[in-house]
Order: sequence, then structure tokens, then C-alpha cells
Amino acid sequence: MDMHIKTTEQPTRPAQRRYPPGDLALWIFILAELSVFAVFFSAYAFTRAQHVELFSTYQATLDCNSALANTLVLITASFFVVRAVAAIQRDRSAETVRWLWLAVLMAGLFLLIKGHEYAHHLAAGVTLSTNTFYMFYLSLTFFHFMHVILGMLVLLVLAVRTRRGHYSAAEHTDIESGASYWHMVDLVWIVLFPLVYVMR
Amino acid sequence: MQYQSQRVAKPYFIAAIGLFVGQILFGLVMGLQYVMGDFLFPAIPFNVARMVHTNLLIVWLLFGFMGAAYYLVPEEAERELVSPKLALAMFWIFLVAGALTILGYLFVPYSSLADMTGNSILPTMGREFLEQPTITKLGIVVVALAFLFNIGATILSGRKTAVSLVLLIGLAGLAVMFLFSFYNPDNLVKDKFYWWWVVHLWVEGVWELILGSILAFVLIKTTGVDREVIEKWLYVIIAMTLITGIIGTGHHYYWIGTPAYWKWWGSIFSAMEPIPFFMMTVFAFNMVNRRRRNHPNKAAVLWALGTGVMAFLGAGVWGFLHTLAPVNYYTHGTQITAAHGHMAFYGAYVMIVLTMISYAMPMLRGREAANSNRSQVVEMWGFWLMTVSIVFITLFLTAAGILQVYLQRMSENPLPFMVVQDKLALFYWLREITGVVFLIGLVVYIASFFVGSREPEASVSPAPAEAGA
Repeated sequence: MDMHIKTTEQPTRPAQRRYPPGDLALWIFILAELSVFAVFFSAYAFTRAQHVELFSTYQATLDCNSALANTLVLITASFFVVRAVAAIQRDRSAETVRWLWLAVLMAGLFLLIKGHEYAHHLAAGVTLSTNTFYMFYLSLTFFHFMHVILGMLVLLVLAVRTRRGHYSAAEHTDIESGASYWHMVDLVWIVLFPLVYVMR
Repeated sequence: MQYQSQRVAKPYFIAAIGLFVGQILFGLVMGLQYVMGDFLFPAIPFNVARMVHTNLLIVWLLFGFMGAAYYLVPEEAERELVSPKLALAMFWIFLVAGALTILGYLFVPYSSLADMTGNSILPTMGREFLEQPTITKLGIVVVALAFLFNIGATILSGRKTAVSLVLLIGLAGLAVMFLFSFYNPDNLVKDKFYWWWVVHLWVEGVWELILGSILAFVLIKTTGVDREVIEKWLYVIIAMTLITGIIGTGHHYYWIGTPAYWKWWGSIFSAMEPIPFFMMTVFAFNMVNRRRRNHPNKAAVLWALGTGVMAFLGAGVWGFLHTLAPVNYYTHGTQITAAHGHMAFYGAYVMIVLTMISYAMPMLRGREAANSNRSQVVEMWGFWLMTVSIVFITLFLTAAGILQVYLQRMSENPLPFMVVQDKLALFYWLREITGVVFLIGLVVYIASFFVGSREPEASVSPAPAEAGA
């Protein structure tokens, strides 16, 4: 969590500091998204409190190693996004494009690992109706999965537009907005991972 | 008015208002039948009055949306409509088909209407809100396709703006979702499941896009705030609408035989549905506060602000009241639902259509920008009478609903449905009286089109910035 906060603040040079970075409307959107996740997380927590045994039993069937790998993958992607923002602030478009592509690659890797996990569950015959734990596990992670896809598309579009010369040190609001959105996707996972996979 | 072809909006708006009157009259008939069960029986039984009341609402809102699109799109695309003649032809086809359908409801027993219109070939009738004969439904599809072609071709060959693209997505979604009205499986669970794809995904999905884009258009025109700012809000609002609204369909799936996870999905996502409506309210007030000019059509600005507030209250707050599965377990299908339905439909969709009519009609009738002061004052009286009475209708129905839930479902000795209905009579009477006030408001509103039409236009007062405020 600490690392995450640090990474978002680090690249903003005092001369250009604008708070919050990116578009305000996007921040309203992020807040709304986070509140949906917050409600989902609370529902999970309250339900777990009533069925601790059931949750613990089926939590044990999850692949913690994959999830840990995915956590590192997402944090790395966030780091690349931070580098991209820092690069565009110094007007280095080519560098920005490279960092954005690396972030997209990381997002793709996340989807692969997570997809592999899903395939395993599907093969085991697990569905949303198997039990309450799996209902929450599949819903929460899949909802997040969709966000990774969206975030990846955003980064992809930003990479293409940067390459076409749409952004500069003077004007790169879109990149900051996209970066903020990506950090949100990352942040949600950083809560989701311990909550659903680790905490017993 | 910048483009000649915008004129085709006028007959659509007039028909919309005419059908609106019909809807309210049948609402009053039905409201009275709640307390005087045999009123107008057997000529107009309750189920027929209800069908006419709800179908007229949908049809007149569709007329309103189409009129709004025909007015808005040429100005956004900066070109004439591809085919104003097609738009006029579709108007008459839709109006005649709509009128015949309503007459069919009123004068032919429903089952005979089904036989006469060949329902057995492709059965689609007999479901709430989708009662239209199959042939009418096919007509609606034809009209919708011709309309989409006209609007789509105009937008795609002209200037593309966020407002017109969001509108186009909304209208296309409206047409696509309607196709599920032709899917009528024997399995009742599946039937209800897809039935909601029309009903819910219209009002809590694609219609909200139409609402958002019309509101954005009127705000751009009346406030002079930068299009860029308004479009940004529009994007955020529709994104949130779709995120919450699509899975929010689940709040209709609690008790119809679908898997249990819908209780969670429906509760969580639909609980967030008030957010985009709240954003819309903040958006409308924010834009009006930041206005660069004072538009002479104050009535239109009032309608726009009213839409923001009432849509949030009716759709957002009153929807939230009974959206969570544990609450809905008790309130499902009671007067609480009726309360929500009335305020949500009025606040979101009736008001946005009237906003557009209020903004466009003066120009369609040859004014420069606005009606005379006197006409606007009368229109605002109409606004307040209708809006305040719908608030009271909602409050009375909510009170009736709470009482109903308690007496029928929660008390130690639950009473039968009809016994409880008798005990709610006082609230039904109050609702009916308020309904009469609503009708008076509607008459006043219509009168505003004829009052002060020879007087000069309302003048523009200086914008706050210019006045040195």
C-alpha cells in the first residue's frame, strides 16, 4: 500500500503540481467506482463473519502463489505507468510510449495468470452457485478482471496517441488521468488480494 | 432554429402532449377504481385502464424522444436531416398504429385482439408493458429502424459531438433491447428474465443515455458553458449509469427463480444507481451557476433543473428505498413500487421530454429564442402544479405502501390483500385528489402554448458576469 502511494506522488514535480492530477471528472468516476468496490468488500466481510468456517475451507482451495505473482505484476505495471508520466513531464514521448507498452504487457500478464486460475476453477466445476464463498470470490475477482481489461485498453490508447504526438510536457492531462485510473485498478487488487486470498 | 428539417420535431411534440393528456385521464380513471371498484365497469375494467395508462406513457415518451432527436441532431451535426419526409411518414405510421392499438385495447376484449392480430403465429402479447399486438411491435421495429437510419446517417455524415453520439447509442440501444419483446419462452423464469431486458435496460440503461444527452444539449444552449466541460460530465455520467444499471438489472431477479447470486449482484450494483442521477443533479445546477449568459427561456432552464432534482429523488432515492434484497423481500410489488414508478417516470423521462419541448417549441413556432413572459409564467405554473402534485402522489403512495407492507406482510396477524386494500382507502383518495391537481397542472401547461402568443418575446437580462456580479 505504501509503495502505491509513493509511486503516485513521486513523479509530480513541484513546478507542475496540480492536485489532483488528471481530469477532475475522472476522479469523480474513480470515487464512484471505489464506492462500488467498497460496498462489495463490506458485503464480503459481513457475510464471512457469519460463515467463517465455510469461507476458510474454500479459501484454502485458492492459488495464493498465482495471486501473489499477480500482485507483483500489477504493482510493476503501476511503476511503469509512473515512469511514463515522469517521462512525458520531461517531454520524452518515445520513452513514455515504451513505459506505457510495458505496463500494457504487465496488464496482459495479469489477465493470463488470472485466466489460468479461472480455467482451473471451471475445470473443477466451480460456479457462482457452488457456495457463498465462491460467489463472492468469482464476482469480486471477475469484476476486477473487467477493470484490468478497461485499464489496459486505456493505457493502450494512451500509448498510441502519445506515439502520434498528442501529448507534451505542457499538455498531458489524459496520461495523468489514465495513470490515475490504472492506480485505482491496482489499489483495488491490493485490498482484494489479502481480503479474499490471504486473511483467515 | 438553424435548420429547416428541425421542423419535423413539431408534430412529434404535439402528439406527445396529446397522448400525455390521455395517459393522465386513464390514470385518474384507474385511481378512482382503487376506491370505487366498479367505476366505469364493464366498459373500462381496471386491467384495461392500467394497460392504456402505461402504454400511452411509453408511446408518448417515444414520440418525445424522437421529436427531441429530430430537433437536436441537425444542430449538433450541423446539417439538415437526411430525410425529413421519412421522418414525417414515420410520424403518421407510428401515430395511426398507436391509436389503433389503444382503440383495440378499449373496444375489443384482449383475447379477441390477440386472435384478430394473429398473435398465435408469433406469440408476444399478454406481458405487462409489452401488451401490444405482435403486429404493432413489428411496426415499432420498422419505425425505430427508419428513425435510426435517418438520425444515424445525419450524425455520421455531419459534425460528430459527444451529445449526438451518446444520443445515438441510447436510441440504438432502445431499439435493440426492444427486440427482446419478441422472445417469449414457455419457461416463466426465462420469460421474466428477458422481459426485464426490455423494461429495466430501457429505463435504467439506454434511456438514461438519451436523458443525459438531451439534458446536456439544453444546458449547452441555455447556459453557454463550454461544450468541452459539459461533454466531460456527460461521459462520466453515462459510464456510471452503465456500470451500475446493467448489472443492477439483478434487483428484479430476486424472487423469480434465478440463481441466488443475483440477490448480491442486484443489491450491490443497483444500490449504486442513484450515483449517476446525483451527478446529473450536481451537473445541471453547476452548469447553470457557471452560465455565461442568461437565456430568455427561463422556463426551459427550470425544467432542466427540475429534471435533475426529480430524477434523483424519484429514480435514485425512491428506487434505493426498496432495492436491497432483504428490504425488497417485504416491499416487492406493493404500493412502494407504484410510488417509485410514478416519481421516477415523471422526474426522469416526462420532465426531460418537457424540457426539450420547452426549449424547442418557441423556435418551432417562429420565435427567436423564447416565449413571451406571460406564456412562460403560465408554463412555470404548470411546472410547479405537476411537480408538486407528483411529489404528493408519491408520498401518499409511499404511506399506503408502508401500511400495506406492515398489515399484509409484517404484523403478527397478517391480513389478506383485499382487506388491506380497503384500509388504504384514505391514501388512495388523497392520491386521486392530487391526481386531479396534476391534471389541472397539465391543462395550465397546455394553456401556456396559447397564452401571450401575440406579446413580444421575453428579453435577455445581462449575464451575471456582464452585470458585474
